[in-house]
Amino acid sequence: MSTTQTKIVKKTESLEEAVIRFAGDSGDGMQLTGGQFTTSTAIVGNDLSTLPDYPAEIRAPAGSLAGVSGFQIHFSSKDIHTPGDALDVLVAMNPAALKANLQDLKPGGMLIVNTNAFTETNLKKVGYAKNPLEEESLTTKYQIFSVEVTRLTQNALEDLKLSAKLVDRSKNMFALGLMYWLYSRPMEPTIEWVKKKFAGKPDILEANLRVLKAGYHFGETTETFISHFEIKQAEIKPGKYRNITGNEATVLGIIAAKEVTGLELFLGSYPITPASDILHELSRYKYLGIKTFQAEDEIAAIGSAIGASFAGGFGITTTSGPGVCLKSEFINLAVKTELPLIVCDIQRGGPSTGLPTKTEQADLLQALFGRNGESPVPVIAASTPSDCFETMLEAFRIAIKYMTPVFFMSDGYLANGSEPWFIPSVSSLPKIEVKYRKEKEGFAPFVRDEKTLARPWAIPGTCGLEHVVGGLEAEQVTGRVSYDPVNHDAMVKIRAKKIANIENDIPELKILNGSDKGDLLILGWGSTLGSINAAIEKLLENGHKVANVHLRHLNPFPKNLGAVLKNFKHVLIPEVNLGQLRLLVRARYLVDAQGLNIVSGQPLKVRDIVEAAEKLLK
Amino acid sequence: MVISEQPKYTKADFESDNDVRWCPGCGDYAILSAVQQVMPQLGIPKEKFVFVSGIGCSSRFPYYMNCYGFHTIHGRALTVATGVKSVNPELSVWVITGDGDGLSIGGNHFLHAIRRNQDFKILLFNNKIYGLTKGQYSPTSEFGKKTKSTPMGSIDTPINPISLAIASGATFVARTVDKNVKHMMDILKQAAEHKGTAFVEIYQNCWVFNDNAFVSYTDKDVKSDNSVYLEDGKPLIFGNNHEKAIKLNGFHPEIIKVAGSNNPLIHDAKSEDRGLAYVLGQMGVENPGLPVAFGVLRKVQRPTYQELLYGQEEQAKQKPKGSLEQILNSGDTWVVK
Ligand code: SF4
Repeated sequence: MSTTQTKIVKKTESLEEAVIRFAGDSGDGMQLTGGQFTTSTAIVGNDLSTLPDYPAEIRAPAGSLAGVSGFQIHFSSKDIHTPGDALDVLVAMNPAALKANLQDLKPGGMLIVNTNAFTETNLKKVGYAKNPLEEESLTTKYQIFSVEVTRLTQNALEDLKLSAKLVDRSKNMFALGLMYWLYSRPMEPTIEWVKKKFAGKPDILEANLRVLKAGYHFGETTETFISHFEIKQAEIKPGKYRNITGNEATVLGIIAAKEVTGLELFLGSYPITPASDILHELSRYKYLGIKTFQAEDEIAAIGSAIGASFAGGFGITTTSGPGVCLKSEFINLAVKTELPLIVCDIQRGGPSTGLPTKTEQADLLQALFGRNGESPVPVIAASTPSDCFETMLEAFRIAIKYMTPVFFMSDGYLANGSEPWFIPSVSSLPKIEVKYRKEKEGFAPFVRDEKTLARPWAIPGTCGLEHVVGGLEAEQVTGRVSYDPVNHDAMVKIRAKKIANIENDIPELKILNGSDKGDLLILGWGSTLGSINAAIEKLLENGHKVANVHLRHLNPFPKNLGAVLKNFKHVLIPEVNLGQLRLLVRARYLVDAQGLNIVSGQPLKVRDIVEAAEKLLK
Repeated sequence: MVISEQPKYTKADFESDNDVRWCPGCGDYAILSAVQQVMPQLGIPKEKFVFVSGIGCSSRFPYYMNCYGFHTIHGRALTVATGVKSVNPELSVWVITGDGDGLSIGGNHFLHAIRRNQDFKILLFNNKIYGLTKGQYSPTSEFGKKTKSTPMGSIDTPINPISLAIASGATFVARTVDKNVKHMMDILKQAAEHKGTAFVEIYQNCWVFNDNAFVSYTDKDVKSDNSVYLEDGKPLIFGNNHEKAIKLNGFHPEIIKVAGSNNPLIHDAKSEDRGLAYVLGQMGVENPGLPVAFGVLRKVQRPTYQELLYGQEEQAKQKPKGSLEQILNSGDTWVVK
């Protein structure tokens, strides 16, 4: 390195927030780099939100557009809601990463590139005739920082005699180190992590640490960068935090529910993106008596879960939209036999195989109606990664109290996105009462609790309560097979009423931002919460009379939803689908709700919501 | 299962008060009666029995037993049984299925339940036809079979359920027939006592849509020439006057005369090697001109799925990784003051 070793004193600029993205080939370790940056940022005390974006192909050809993997993080000294619409900094490890991500970089934003990867072959692979870094269209629009990441990494490791592959794999650490310097983050959490992770592999450990520090010092000592940034700690409720993804929070919710209920927990699952991590994670908790079963297919996965619930355990099945298609018949069996069950749908782009690694909210109507016959199922949806925890506990509560399958909806964005989570104390968790029927006196499989209309949970092994349940229509109370028309009509209505009545047992909707009357209400559900909150803040700043509410319960709706809607001149429902909640709301409440529907596999952008709202407000 | 006090039951304790709705003359009646007679002999408290079925004529079975039962959906009984037995291994779980339910729509689960050695019984009522949907050909119907959906004859090669079970690694495989109640009861008892998947194929006459499908094995004039009843460690002898035997010529079974003893084949149900059971299972079904083998074709021990499942759980409990409080507080945490 020919850089001067004299320490240059560099300016530190204070910023409120930043949005950065690491992008490279899927083999470049961008997810790991992003994850490390997130941890250090959380420890600094910034509020943050992340968005990983990885390809569906496990090993797309190196350097190709299909193989680009990215990790975006938005961090701030203020409360934030989304991973950010546009980037302040893009780190591009190769031409493909540049090409796939440049459109998201703000004009004037910083573009940090690994120039060593901008070879003729790599440029050709993605259809660049000339090196774009030399094009005026780029050089005038962005601040370009050309860094020889590959060569600098090689230099740092010269004397270690590592394989070329290992050296190449270390270069993400250079980018990470450099970004740590640029945003004044501590390297210690990553140093600790590397030491733990590579404890048995001293050369890799040494290589990672050296390259990380080389990246940091490169920023500090060379003339490439003249200043760096600092983002103060956000004002966050005091307490203990951890960073958590939606899938992690879902798993913790399941574990917490198992502990709270004391039930024998059984997960029947089949591998599917983006839900598989839940299966992987839960299978590590066998010591708590949690049983995980990787079934032969989606159908067997839910069938075994229903069997578990019938036998007095608690069955869960985790999947994504294509899996829900296969499970429909079994969900109906759980509806008909009135057994507790949770179906987790981690939604992804559809239809069919669709976009396995991208997010979407287009399974709502499937969850509500995707079965034969009148088949009411409570549907609840998490709105942020950490909210998956509480939403899961709520799913358990409803399933057990009302003896019913429950749809738990998350999506690819929540599943893999992360945010800091205020760790709850175990004593603050909701109590969930489990009652097995024991008394013979007055028992019949379909005698109902007067209030909840739930049938008793009488489990095999209980003497004197032997009975048969099944998919054929059952006679009221006795549960015997019945083809009687009057009975069928009554049973259809009882099943519907049981689920509709849950509206009396869920919290009323609260206005989240703005006042309870005004010109425009933004109504959302699921993972759009962050974008909507950020948009509302902007709209309020712009002087509009707007407010927002967000649904966790989609079936049944909170009781006051109709009344809330009527207090506003306009209603806007932004969704990552073609208007599924809107269809339900219009049909049920006869309001002229308008939609914002962008189904791009990405979360909604704040600016799109603001724009749609302002159009309605004109 | 340890039972402190032997409960005393009779057949009547296992009869439900639901009207049995099979067609008069259906082979299912005999099977129901055999099961109800065997249950009291097993020394298992009645409330611990669970009957799980799919869809089809045979799958109505749980309604007629005075036990816990689950009449599930078409082809999927084995998946439900997997969940039942996994959360409560104390239960005695019996799956009732048919040739359509178990081998057509449920074919996939059949392989997987068996290869895992799930600790339950599978009674497959094979009537070589779809009864409940009124007479279409099934996966066990003969090639060329004319049915409502195959007016010119079936062009599907049938499955031999026994071959499929053995190929999937079944630890207990047996065949019996509805008309031979005594034999059926003996087989059911052995199945009940087996640890792991016990697969029993029961030839069942569908009087309405496929009458006499098994007449060769039930008609008193011909049955002894067409069936060989297996006994472990005993030679394979059959015929009206026990005059015929089976001998292996390489992998090929041949019929020989007992007289002049040409070393008839001795049955070995406990052989770890699946070869013999496979050869016997094919006789008369995939391999015409030979008698069909009834009885226990294979009976070996292998850890059950539930033993392995709870074994891992016990092992994991030796090294607990923390309480809920600790789990919630794990990972990279930080404190905001
Ligand atoms: S249709 Fe055949 S199998 Fe079904 S009940 Fe009637 S006789 Fe039995």
